[in-house]
Amino acid sequence: MEWLAAITTGGLAGLGLWMLLDRNLKRVVLGVVVLGNAINLGVLTAGRFFGERPAFVETGNTVEAANPLPQALVLTAIVIGFSLFIFALALLKRTRELHGDKTTDSVSSITEQPAPDWHDSEHESDGAEARR
Amino acid sequence: MNHALLVAPILVPLCSLLLAIILRRHLLAVRVLSLSGAALLVAVGLVLVWQAAQGVVLTGQVGDWQAPFGISLVIDRLSAVMIAISAVVALVTLLYGVAKDSDSKVGRDFHIFIQGLLTGICGAFITADIFNLYVWFEVLLIASFALMALGGGSRRLAGSMTYVALNLFATLIFLLAAGLVYGASGTLNMGELAVIMRSGEAPPGVTPALLLMLLSFAIKAALFPVFGWLPATYHVALTAVSAMFAGLLTKVGVYALIRMVTLLWPEYGLPHQLLLWVACATMLVGVLGAAAQTEVRRILSFHIVSQVGYMILGLALATPLALAGAVFYLIHHILVKANLFFIGGLAARICGSERLADMGGLYKRMPWLALLFAIPALSLAGIPPLSGFWAKFLLVKASLDAAAWWAAGIALLTGVFTLLSMNKIWNEAFLKPHPQGEEALQVVTGMRPAWLGMSALAVMTVLIGLGAGPLIDYAVAAAAQLADPQAYLQPFASAGGA
Repeated sequence: MEWLAAITTGGLAGLGLWMLLDRNLKRVVLGVVVLGNAINLGVLTAGRFFGERPAFVETGNTVEAANPLPQALVLTAIVIGFSLFIFALALLKRTRELHGDKTTDSVSSITEQPAPDWHDSEHESDGAEARR
Repeated sequence: MNHALLVAPILVPLCSLLLAIILRRHLLAVRVLSLSGAALLVAVGLVLVWQAAQGVVLTGQVGDWQAPFGISLVIDRLSAVMIAISAVVALVTLLYGVAKDSDSKVGRDFHIFIQGLLTGICGAFITADIFNLYVWFEVLLIASFALMALGGGSRRLAGSMTYVALNLFATLIFLLAAGLVYGASGTLNMGELAVIMRSGEAPPGVTPALLLMLLSFAIKAALFPVFGWLPATYHVALTAVSAMFAGLLTKVGVYALIRMVTLLWPEYGLPHQLLLWVACATMLVGVLGAAAQTEVRRILSFHIVSQVGYMILGLALATPLALAGAVFYLIHHILVKANLFFIGGLAARICGSERLADMGGLYKRMPWLALLFAIPALSLAGIPPLSGFWAKFLLVKASLDAAAWWAAGIALLTGVFTLLSMNKIWNEAFLKPHPQGEEALQVVTGMRPAWLGMSALAVMTVLIGLGAGPLIDYAVAAAAQLADPQAYLQPFASAGGA
């Protein structure tokens, strides 16, 4: 089964990288998720987890148990990855509301604009916020 | 007592964070809580430094699970001083935030997320476990995402998008590397990994996985050629946020690099050779990039990149003096760089812009601010007798001792260019009259806490410069500890490379 997991990891990682390089921001964010899942699978496989035995067995019978550590690591990584994905989605939504179009080029050209004049408060007011 | 002290750097900001969330409806309570939390952390940091200076290394196992099964925590000299300095910068950041936040919602979130960031940073300095380090990186990362976007606005959100995408990528590489290291070596404990690497019979696959991990740290530390995300994003955040990022975030990456490289490769080897090239390129590219910029914070952002190159130069040379220089540089740089961002932000606010062309007249109107700028600016360029001079002196001497003439030459050249950049800001923002006349300068009130914080940082810069002796001694001792990390290796001494 290891070879199947390895091929899946490689394929997913390639797909994720390809999506990361896309101009469309939506695809970039999804690319992070795909790459993240590829790496989660990779970590699980590299930790010699074959998915044939449970990690928890009866007391004293440790020979039969699978290594629980890679599972714990990946579980942590999944939780963290999920919350970061949600944050990235929220950011994407707000960026879309403010700019309408959403390519990586437009995002970098906005950050490369000369700094705006400094108002008394440093917080830029955007149209969407004023409407509320 | 020792165990309480060991986890205090994590617990103090974490408790402040949780209490601040509970009390979030009361801005005053959040401010008081967050400031006192940071002040307490400064005290904890000072106690840790004092203990570490006596040669005490605090170690512990989380939940009393023995290494390598449990997570080890270690506070040695380097960790202790990093915690103390981070706490100081965080305290000044919070003071600046208190002074300037007019919008109570942003002000409240600012305090909460700074505490979250601090939790992650302190955790990363303490842990001796690779996966735990990954978790702390994520903690500080998610707090930094929120801080980056804080305040809203189209520029800031666009910058956050870039920041989030590239930092997530770097962290994913770290996760992959951690998984591969575990797969190849069977351990995630830095000490046990060091024993395996030092035994000379490391299983195949460990070294490539570790190099992959160094790559992810290099992205975090903004080394050449993977520094692009930093100057593209730091200038859009709130002043206080970008100052804290400038002071601390890349330095967590530098810390991780120093920790891993000194632990795993005690002899001069391939990583050092690679890092030497990278360090020189980072110094030069950063400083040349700064020369092309015309906004205060963009200039300063490029200088972060070039300054990180100095620290990596110290790491790459790997002699005791060079390592001590890197540690000293780290301490000096955090104080100076954060202060420059604070002062730059205040100057921009008074002038009504941070574009150099539209600034001016500050020297005449506010000579104290000019003096306050001159101290860290000259220190950054390495003018004696300020702290930067000693930092550069140690590194250049170490390069010459190691017969790396060209590295010493590049370090000196970078210093000259840095002075040029600082001179540019000085001429444009301070000396020249304001293009719209003197009345265009705005009167900024209510900044007293910020002035207090910035002056404190400047005084520390001068004090380090005038009385460099004790700190250099500390840095040399810290470097000796890095070269002989008994606290990490000892639990596995009997296993002997098993």
